[in-house]
Amino acid sequence: MYITINGTDYEVRGESTVLEVAQREGIYIPTLCHHPALEPYGACRLCLVEIIAGGRPGLTASCALPVSEGLVIETDSPRVHHVRQITMKLIMAACPDVPAVMELAEKLGVTDTPYQKASVPNSCVLCGICVRICSKVGTSAIGFAYRGSDRQVMGPWDKTPDTCLGCRACENVCPMGLIKFEEKDGVLIGEPFKSRVTMAKCSECGRFFTGAPMVGTLQQRVGLAVDLCPECQKTKEARLLAHAGGLGRYFNLEKQDH
Amino acid sequence: MKIRIGLGSCGIAAGALKVMEALKEELDSHNLKIEIQQTGCIGMCHKEPLLDIIDDNGQTFTYGKITEKDVKAIIEEHVIAGNPVEKHLVNSSQNPNDFLGEQVRVALRNCGIIDPEQIGHYTERGGYEALKKAITMSPGDIIEEIKTSGLRGRGGAGFPTWFKWNAARNNPGEIKYIVCNADEGDPGAFMDRSVLESDPHSVLEGMAIAGYAIGAAEGVIYCRAEYPLAIRRLELAIKQAKEKDLLGSNILGSTFSFNIRIKQGAGAFVCGEETALIASLEGERGMPRLKPPFPAQSGYWGKPTNINNVETFANIPWIIAEGGKAFAAMGSQTSKGTKVFALAGKIKRGGLVEVPMGLSLRDVIYKIGGGIKEDRNFKAVQLGGPSGGCIPVDLLDTPVEYESITATGAIMGSGGMVVMDETTCMVDVARFFLDFTQKESCGKCVQCRIGTKRMLEILERICNGEGRPGDIELLQEIALKVGEGSLCGLGQSAPNPVLTTIRYFREEYEAHINEKKCPAMQCKALITYRIDPDKCKSCALCAKKCPVNCITGEKKKPYVIDQEQCIKCGNCMEVCPTKFNAVIVE
Repeated sequence: MYITINGTDYEVRGESTVLEVAQREGIYIPTLCHHPALEPYGACRLCLVEIIAGGRPGLTASCALPVSEGLVIETDSPRVHHVRQITMKLIMAACPDVPAVMELAEKLGVTDTPYQKASVPNSCVLCGICVRICSKVGTSAIGFAYRGSDRQVMGPWDKTPDTCLGCRACENVCPMGLIKFEEKDGVLIGEPFKSRVTMAKCSECGRFFTGAPMVGTLQQRVGLAVDLCPECQKTKEARLLAHAGGLGRYFNLEKQDH
Repeated sequence: MKIRIGLGSCGIAAGALKVMEALKEELDSHNLKIEIQQTGCIGMCHKEPLLDIIDDNGQTFTYGKITEKDVKAIIEEHVIAGNPVEKHLVNSSQNPNDFLGEQVRVALRNCGIIDPEQIGHYTERGGYEALKKAITMSPGDIIEEIKTSGLRGRGGAGFPTWFKWNAARNNPGEIKYIVCNADEGDPGAFMDRSVLESDPHSVLEGMAIAGYAIGAAEGVIYCRAEYPLAIRRLELAIKQAKEKDLLGSNILGSTFSFNIRIKQGAGAFVCGEETALIASLEGERGMPRLKPPFPAQSGYWGKPTNINNVETFANIPWIIAEGGKAFAAMGSQTSKGTKVFALAGKIKRGGLVEVPMGLSLRDVIYKIGGGIKEDRNFKAVQLGGPSGGCIPVDLLDTPVEYESITATGAIMGSGGMVVMDETTCMVDVARFFLDFTQKESCGKCVQCRIGTKRMLEILERICNGEGRPGDIELLQEIALKVGEGSLCGLGQSAPNPVLTTIRYFREEYEAHINEKKCPAMQCKALITYRIDPDKCKSCALCAKKCPVNCITGEKKKPYVIDQEQCIKCGNCMEVCPTKFNAVIVE
């Protein structure tokens, strides 16, 4: 199957979206809410491209546009460019002091916004990646609250979400780096969702290493028993490997298993 | 002889239940055994509560604006003595009034005539005959009939109904669904509520026919919880239809089974958007999903789903019974059949009207609606609610049809028609609708969440007299891009009220921005109330009515308004006797 992006034909095998093809071929399409591990969402409107032929002509989100034979796409036509600039200016006005937003704006040649800037510092861009990853993990400890411009991400009723596993997936995926978890006295504290999760102790070294509910969930769902912190786990595996390969004597390991 | 009383939400709100009690008492006191039948809404909202006397010759006499006190006279003079009471008579079969006489009723064929709570009333007027006919036809033939009729979606976008049905039918799947969109959310629109309250079986029958045509065994009505009467009557209608073997398993002995249930929505405007509606049906937050896939491919629980609006379904039995050609004979080249409008605003005869497509807006407003209240000058008509636009006086001859309305920058929409006169400020209208869409935006996509908010901010500052040069251009730029880039129909159409008011009433925007004046005298920040000392007769009426006590004066001296404290409510101007007209607004 062939599609045309910016005048060049590309061969595509199997199912994929226009955004995926573009990324594979090194064609730049900006996006804020796309994450390869998640379903297309279409919220940031930055990845809009123009369909010239082979589909309903007009602007559409490339993250959700399936590739079909004969599709002709422009990723940076004047029309796309103009809408993208306005979108960026709108995001910039809503999140004026988020470094990642400013970086993206600069990349798109947007230096200032004519719209009234939000006064709340560190505003979330509401890409929803954290909410979606949390749902994918299967707990949906956080979600959206309020409508329209009041929309926010929080735990239910803005209270400590009791289903948070402390897996820290949200922290990992946040493209703005606005989600931070901290360990304090055996409790994992996650802002800005008011998460409070008791941590599990490593059976080897006694250090706290992850949320206790996470350990339970892994055991329950995939039958994986985790009782060691990542460091001790690594040591354990190295030791096992060493023994299996008969190389135990090359390792200066204080404690010998088996 | 029979007495009929309108008990839609509208009638009840106007006091019809009290009239009904008085009626019962009055009949009892005369020892008269006359059937009192409840009915839905005939559409004459401006004359509620309504009462019909149907005499033994089958002639109907309609009385309007009836109170408990009027009942006695009607019973004694008309029912007993046989002389209609001219004073309250608003319509009769021999002499139909302009409001009803100009209408063509297809979707509203039973509204205000039958008792919606009795299935027998519906079947007496040919109800469920279309379903009986449909299950002897092939699904393909039914879709062909709908295609012949030229019926297009009555919810707003005007997509050909047969095309959607055909797509849902052709998409593979064992399980398919029919969904009825009864999430009517436009301010000032009440078409769907009225149909559901007045003729629920027509919608059920339409859904069953659609189910048969696409191969669905289940239908869901998504109705807002704010319509309790509609929901109650629908539940009753479903129960009655099941008892009569018109819904449920093996309908009328055939192999076709079809069940309908109701899902109550919480009244979010965005849930009228079909993908958000599906999300809400599934128990998710009502937020739109990306299209493709379209509901016909993957809708409710990922199954092929056909969604139509209440009015669309109400038309279906008529089309199957009378034939697609009869439907297509009404209307214009591109828009067939009739359309129901909720006529509201500054209009003499507001209410629910159904007109053939192609009729001009002027005819709807002046012939049926009777023109503007207090004979003021017409300024604009707002079509399509928050997604629609304002059509000015020089486009009043625009015919009611999808393409012509769209060309004006408005949309046909679901049928909200709000008439505005010279006292309406068009910037304020745009601000009102933006305030609505901004509050109803689900907040998922950037354009709608932030874009509508920024537009509202600009409109608010213009109305507050803080408009800046270049604001109109800024508004236009952002409006166009929000329209182009938004995820769903709500955001894509949200700029329409702004764009049309700028297009047709730019001078009003300019007056607000450049001269800091509101020509319609509506924007509070831009007007002042003043008492003309030469005209004031010191009657003190204004001072008594002022809610903030900022009008002072004494006998034989003109009263004065303290501008610092004035909240510009306009009460003083209203109460100042017309013979003085001493209060001036500038």
